Amino acid sequence: MERLRKYGFIAGFLAVPVILYSVFVISPYIQAFQISLTDWDGYAANLNYVGLENFAKLFDDDAFWQALRNHGILLLVLPLATIVIALFFSFLINLGGGSNGAGMRGIWGSKFYRVVFFFPQVLAVAVVGVLFKAIYRPDEYGVVNGALIKLGLDPVGWLVEPGLALWAVIAVMIWQAVGFYVVLFSAGMAAIPKDYFEAAALDGAGRFRLFFSITLPLLRDTVQVGWVYLGIAAFDGFALIQVLAGDKGEPDGTTHVLPVQIWKTAFNYSEYGYASAMGVALFFLTVTFAVLTLRTTRRERIEY
Amino acid sequence: MTHPGEITRRQLLRRIGLTAFVAGPGAGLLSACATAGGGGTPSSAAPATTLAASADPKNPFGVDPNKPLEVTIFSGGYTDAYAKDIHEPMYKKAFPGASIKHNATQQIGIQLRPRFVSGDAPDVVNNSGPESMDLVALAGQGHLADLSVLFDAPSYDDPGKKVRDTVTPAVITNAKIDGKDLVLNYTVSHRALWYNARLFEQKGWTVPKTWAEFTALGELAKKEGILLFAYPGQVGPYYQTWNVLYTAAKIGGNQVIIDIDNLVDNAWLADPVKKAVAAWVDVQTKYGDKAYFGLDHTQTQVKQLQNKLLFYPTGSWIENEMVKDIPDDFEYAIAPIPDVTPTDAMPYGAIQVGVGENFVVGAKGKNPQGGLEYLRIMLSKEGAKGFTEKTQNLTVVNGAAEGVDLPAALRSAAKAQDAAGQNIITDARFEGWYKELFDYATEQINVVMAGRSTPEEFCANVQKKADEIKKDSKVSKQTRSE
Repeated sequence: MERLRKYGFIAGFLAVPVILYSVFVISPYIQAFQISLTDWDGYAANLNYVGLENFAKLFDDDAFWQALRNHGILLLVLPLATIVIALFFSFLINLGGGSNGAGMRGIWGSKFYRVVFFFPQVLAVAVVGVLFKAIYRPDEYGVVNGALIKLGLDPVGWLVEPGLALWAVIAVMIWQAVGFYVVLFSAGMAAIPKDYFEAAALDGAGRFRLFFSITLPLLRDTVQVGWVYLGIAAFDGFALIQVLAGDKGEPDGTTHVLPVQIWKTAFNYSEYGYASAMGVALFFLTVTFAVLTLRTTRRERIEY
Repeated sequence: MTHPGEITRRQLLRRIGLTAFVAGPGAGLLSACATAGGGGTPSSAAPATTLAASADPKNPFGVDPNKPLEVTIFSGGYTDAYAKDIHEPMYKKAFPGASIKHNATQQIGIQLRPRFVSGDAPDVVNNSGPESMDLVALAGQGHLADLSVLFDAPSYDDPGKKVRDTVTPAVITNAKIDGKDLVLNYTVSHRALWYNARLFEQKGWTVPKTWAEFTALGELAKKEGILLFAYPGQVGPYYQTWNVLYTAAKIGGNQVIIDIDNLVDNAWLADPVKKAVAAWVDVQTKYGDKAYFGLDHTQTQVKQLQNKLLFYPTGSWIENEMVKDIPDDFEYAIAPIPDVTPTDAMPYGAIQVGVGENFVVGAKGKNPQGGLEYLRIMLSKEGAKGFTEKTQNLTVVNGAAEGVDLPAALRSAAKAQDAAGQNIITDARFEGWYKELFDYATEQINVVMAGRSTPEEFCANVQKKADEIKKDSKVSKQTRSE
């Protein structure tokens, strides 16, 4: 009786979130798996099962493979560049100041920078997209190209040249992400006891040594989390690419990403079955990535 | 080839149409809509979605006067005022006991798809905008009411006349999905190249009639720092897909587009298509500016208003779209596509005239009879005139724009249509039938126009996609004969 009351109490609290989670997260996932085995057009009342036909079609879909290649580039560049830049800035903000090795504090004005770095994170992705559309605009009204033209240089088609478009998009993603990771890493750095730095500094370690031998190893967990977040972000890019490059992967498919393709296949072409198959593929890609990252970088924790 | 000087009987009739137009704008225009009709074979194949027409000309569909009616309007460029202030009050006036649930949205598909699936669809749907529903799929599930009863019903204004005889014939030919009349196209638009008539007056330029004149004007304009031609590479590159297709039809006749629509083998490899693509790529390379590949339609249209480009491929809605920004020394006018070769199948002056803006009636809704009646009201003179007044766009209803003060673009379009006579370029219907193919062609248009593929490669690529669509048994196929 006592047990029942105790667990009944806990279950009572858990029931609502579990039900909400099952209805709004788990069941759509399961449904996506189910629909991916059909040729549902979004309007039919009954599902018509076609087996793995949709997945076979994926293998012959050039746009799908192009999207995977783009995700590959994103996956390599976005986490690495964001984390390197964020680490650099958060080191400067938290530990970079003072005379060499002496004071464990940030550079002058670090409180101000901390706020400024976070600004892009506050903006909605759509706003960022519109903003950078103006910055990248290919004629004399573009922020960058206007300056280039004034300097007598040729304007650059940032989002129209197939060799540049994806990189221009990645730059925006990094620009927006860095602020958040600066704050995340700053919090991690604040948790590292100051004695470590002071001890190392007394032994004559310079800033580089401090960073690579103390800060980075002790930030490992935080960086790992950041890596997984950014990796998953590399499988997204939906809103930003929609605004900056449109939904056709232009130019020449160099900005094809799976979420945009799924959206277009389902809602524009009424091929819900095929779109669900893409969604299932995307699900496995993200899960595989997250598991791999967490597994391969697992190490013993350091307690301090 | 016919020359402007030779007047045939048909053209004479059209000239009379022109007089009518001068007397009352729009009258001649609409009677002259030359996408020849003849689709008058009402289908009786869909018993589930066909509603019987009763004998009462006041209420031919037997509407229950107390049943509520639900109307969903796409509140895009036309807004929803025409429905709220014109058509719905007309319905209320006819059936004072009925309540109308009015719903305006820009997300037709997201809002209505689940409702159609669950059998709770609105009675009238204005299926439009980027998130519109796939009508072929809806038709396949029997969700759309057969409109042939509407077309055969007595018209609102004159019980002696059937609805089908009060609208431009293209309405009937464009209503068909899977051989049934399911879609009402309500607006008429004119597509070709648009320019600033005032600028031409001021510079003493004339509208080029041949490709040589066109490029010569390009040289002249270049000296003044004006581009001959530009299209928006972002959001609206399909304007250029249209433009290239219409150019191909001008060179090789409407059959070029009809073959493409019917997925005829190697339709995209036809010589007129290649010639059209090559001609426009040449213009882009010599007189274009690659910056426009990164501009959207609004940015490009603003630049035309600043006289930075001469010709822009679009439709007669352009003036209404830009109305707030048009400077005093700018007047939109339509220019037909110049002769590409001396032996073009269609003479100079041919423009595209088409119908658009889809309205459907939900077959499984609560009040399909009311839905049909609502469409009949829209097709009345009063309803259509109200639409034109509210939106500055023409409807398919013959003579409904009489007495309405039309903007310059529409007056220019009407004149151009009159000059074109029978030489009306048809619309490319695969845009609605095989959206994936149209999107792919549009993507490839940017590639070929930017010089990253040759016109031959363009044709081969799009043909490959067309072959894929043709082979895909899951894509329901549509055909047209004219």
